Amino acid sequence: MQVSMTINGADVSHDVEPRTLLVHFIREDAGLTGTNIGCDSSSCGACTIHVNGEAVKSCTMLAVQADGQDVTTIEGLADGETLHPMQQAFHECHALQCGYCTPGMVMAAVSLLDEVPDPTEAEVREGLEGNLCRCTGYHNIVAAVLQAAGGAR
Amino acid sequence: MIPVAFEYELATSAEHALSLLAEHGDEAKLLAGGHSLLPLMKYRLATPAVVVDIGRLTDLSYVREDGDVLAIGALTRHRDVETSDLVRSQVGLLAAATSKVGDPQVRHRGTLGGALAHGDPASDLPAAIIALGGSMVIQGPSGSREVPVDDFFTGFLETAIGEDELLTEVRIPKAPEATWSFQKFNRRAQDWAIVGAAVMVDGDRCGVGLVNMDSRPVRAGGVEAAIASGASAADAAASAADGLEPPSDLNAGVDYRCHLARVLTRRGLEEAGR
Repeated sequence: MQVSMTINGADVSHDVEPRTLLVHFIREDAGLTGTNIGCDSSSCGACTIHVNGEAVKSCTMLAVQADGQDVTTIEGLADGETLHPMQQAFHECHALQCGYCTPGMVMAAVSLLDEVPDPTEAEVREGLEGNLCRCTGYHNIVAAVLQAAGGAR
Repeated sequence: MIPVAFEYELATSAEHALSLLAEHGDEAKLLAGGHSLLPLMKYRLATPAVVVDIGRLTDLSYVREDGDVLAIGALTRHRDVETSDLVRSQVGLLAAATSKVGDPQVRHRGTLGGALAHGDPASDLPAAIIALGGSMVIQGPSGSREVPVDDFFTGFLETAIGEDELLTEVRIPKAPEATWSFQKFNRRAQDWAIVGAAVMVDGDRCGVGLVNMDSRPVRAGGVEAAIASGASAADAAASAADGLEPPSDLNAGVDYRCHLARVLTRRGLEEAGR
């Protein structure tokens, strides 16, 4: 069936099977491979994207459920060569080791600050409970989110 | 992991969803937020031939007062329940329990009605609805009926919702003066509860629902009766696991779950001021 959505401001339309997961639509049909597949069971958060501005796990959503919706992936955050403040904070705080969780971590963190603009460290840790870093690099990830929140103040 | 192929139908109204269910019978499954059904379909534990998507029925997403009752549309997302001023002020236990469901991403998609219709004994929300004494409005071909929570969960992943019916609303008696506690014991932040206890105390009324302590969501009736007759929290909680048959798995055996039920119930009662 024909599924159409806006991804990072661009209209994307493909004929897919109803069982196509949104993450596969993004990676294989839209060709945007910044969104990673980790656990594939809505635990790790590597596939986190925004649907209508809110963080969701794209491995646990059908592409048809996003039909007509506004999707943002990690590729849609930066403004040209200028990194999004959250990306900049991750860069400055060295908030990544292997980097596999990073796209999902950044997308979850941006959504978190939309909902809790001035979080405590505890709120950041709780707010990122849906994202796993197997390098266990949480310390600098939390620091980056706090720095990004501070920069927005 | 990719689901088995299925036919997709987008419901445009509750009535349309009911007609699709009538047409496809037990081959169809309703899809709301998808955070219970889609994982099952990806593991191929559920293989519906037809998926009826009710996720766009926005008229079933609401929180409103109806006399002494707070009425919540079945398709209200966890995030909207969790942050609702009405839910927080009238049935605070539900807001607290909802904030412990999954993680923020899950709560952006999952719905109250979906979690209840799934009937999972390991889910947080059934226990909260049990403690609060809620009821479920179920719409079918011949109209609506209201089912009290004690008659709603009928077995493992089974509820009173018939194959041709749709859960439309959750009704909870307002309890603005109630004290409450939601105790969830798990290994990692986003995990299911190994055991959980939802406790509400409202004057003489005490409600206790337990998570993951039997094949279906259960009420700790013995604890409630003990509290009603004036027992202390510690004495009342001692009977929390009586008569229950909790699962045994890698996280906890039966004895340990029974121990957790007693401890969490006591902590819940104490936090709720008993």
